[in-house]
Amino acid sequence: MLLILKAKLAAKAALVVAPLAVAAAGYGLPAIPADQVAVTTIAPGAFLHRLAGDFALNGRPVNAPRRAFRFTRPLTIMTYQVSAAAYDACVAAGACERRLFRAAASAEAPAVGVNWHDATAYATWFSSRTGARWRLPTDAEWAFAAGARFNDDAVLADDGSDSFSKRWLAKYEQESSRQAPADKAPRPAGAFGFNEHGVADIAGNVWEWTDTCFLRQALDASGEPTGERTVNCGVRVVEGEHRSYVTDFVRDARAGGCAVGVPPANLGFRLVRDDAGYLGAAVARARFHMRWI
Amino acid sequence: MFTRRTMMAAAALATLVAAVPALADDLAKLPREQVELVAPPFIHAHEQATKAGPKVLQFKMTIQEKELVIDNEGTKIHAMTFNGSVPGPLMVAHQGDYVELTLINPDTNMMAHNIDFHSATGGLGGGELTMVNPGEQVVLRWKADRAGVFVYHCAPGGSMIPWHVTSGMNGAVMVLPREGLKDDTGKPLHYDKAFYIGEQDFYVPRDENGKFKSYESAGDAYPDQAEVMRKLIPSHEVFNGKVGSLTGKNALTAKVGEQVLLVHSQANRDTRPHLIGGHGDFVWETGKFANRPEKDLETWFIRGGSAGAALYTFKQPGIYAYVNHNLIEAVELGATAHFKVEGTWNDDLMKQVSPPSPILSGAKTGALDAPAHKH
Repeated sequence: MLLILKAKLAAKAALVVAPLAVAAAGYGLPAIPADQVAVTTIAPGAFLHRLAGDFALNGRPVNAPRRAFRFTRPLTIMTYQVSAAAYDACVAAGACERRLFRAAASAEAPAVGVNWHDATAYATWFSSRTGARWRLPTDAEWAFAAGARFNDDAVLADDGSDSFSKRWLAKYEQESSRQAPADKAPRPAGAFGFNEHGVADIAGNVWEWTDTCFLRQALDASGEPTGERTVNCGVRVVEGEHRSYVTDFVRDARAGGCAVGVPPANLGFRLVRDDAGYLGAAVARARFHMRWI
Repeated sequence: MFTRRTMMAAAALATLVAAVPALADDLAKLPREQVELVAPPFIHAHEQATKAGPKVLQFKMTIQEKELVIDNEGTKIHAMTFNGSVPGPLMVAHQGDYVELTLINPDTNMMAHNIDFHSATGGLGGGELTMVNPGEQVVLRWKADRAGVFVYHCAPGGSMIPWHVTSGMNGAVMVLPREGLKDDTGKPLHYDKAFYIGEQDFYVPRDENGKFKSYESAGDAYPDQAEVMRKLIPSHEVFNGKVGSLTGKNALTAKVGEQVLLVHSQANRDTRPHLIGGHGDFVWETGKFANRPEKDLETWFIRGGSAGAALYTFKQPGIYAYVNHNLIEAVELGATAHFKVEGTWNDDLMKQVSPPSPILSGAKTGALDAPAHKH
């Protein structure tokens, strides 16, 4: 289901994010008409989602637990990844840093070669231009929007019975069996098709930054968190054909050395719109975070 | 006049006259064995030690000029290869054997090639006697009179030499002592598995946007490539011809307890192999088996234009990375291989006593405390 944002909604949102609307004037640019942003709204619902991060049972790495997530509000997400042209407008306005590989991609193709800071800066700038509140999705939001195109990264051969070396080898096998995208070059928006929700280019050859920080958590025998957890926001979850954890200042993820498998071919992003405004979003995210811990 | 010198010359001549037919007879009497070469990292079947007398080992290599993809981005080069692989196959003989190589340069190739064996004596390592044009073949025999691992490479003269070598035209020979390898005390050594890793520096030109260029033919590439070569900074530094040729699905395998011999050659440039998580139990750093192996090395040095050998018994299961420990070359330029090792973990050798977890509050304050002597 592909919905185009209605101007009326945007006006309502603009009231909530008044401080940003004022800031927009500072760029001296005309606002982007809200109906020019293609978004897809996904109806509220629940799904099972394998958490992102490293999890351990008795000090031994295990697959992340799957948890039920419930979205009580519709999720509004950009139908397409942010394009090179859209991102470069932010660069031209002095609000975003230049991306890598500028010569390689056409303006219509997704912006790639961006790090988490770039994506976040774009969200701030874009919010000010549209008068709505835009931000990076959380890992679970991304997975919810990805629908059937989300790939579970559990180590299938892990029976939980042996020392860590068996899981290590199995993980190596699984990661090294991934196919590299036939073509790394970003393709025009929509080239990888739409999923069942009408969201384009999920799990194509551009991986997307999420706002979710890397998490390390010990679990008890029942799979519930035990003890303190470590949250490292210098590393963010990147989603695409497979899940990846990438340092926030990296614009080109590559494998090598002890690392194995196919790294994200390109780093790009798309944004979600918080129709509930700042406060609602903050509350939603806080509740979201607490739901499984 | 009959001087001492002429007498010696006459004696030498007499010896030579006597020796030549005898040599031909001896060689004719020696058993001959045809050896099928296999592409690296594997090595053709061979005995580690032999009680048999010297043989004439017959090898055949076909030179192949062909396009090869050398990284995961699809960068292509016009490679020059011995037998189709970079590096060329490892040839194994025993000290005292004769190596007889038929070198074929098919008429589908564009260039003249030859072969210089560092293990051979005279004739520029055979280079002077093996120059073959497309559509020709040559047979060279040389005596393996010293034991060790040695580089061979194409050396067709002038600027063609580094160009052919850095286009992939190199490999190695392993001449084993007839009684096999020995440790530093003279006790016999044995390997359960042996792998040949050829390290290669490539010099691929880039366009104005920093992208690797591709060319219609090797000749078209040459001027740009020569310019990159002369700056001495490789664009790729890889094992077995390609980034990732020995990782993932192509990772090398072993079991805990297995003794693995690693032969490593670099025909052009220095390198420093290191097995992450392991060691070199016995290392012939300069690659020559008449010298005692060094023990327990962490990293060993392979001089450009030489080969070395290391023997290691795996003691733990898991993944090992075998790298050029200039880590920029290993990670950024490609010089990385992986071992997948199966077996049972040994807690005595290593154990994660406490998994990563938040810093204990006591430790936190401890770290922030002023040093005791200041109190």
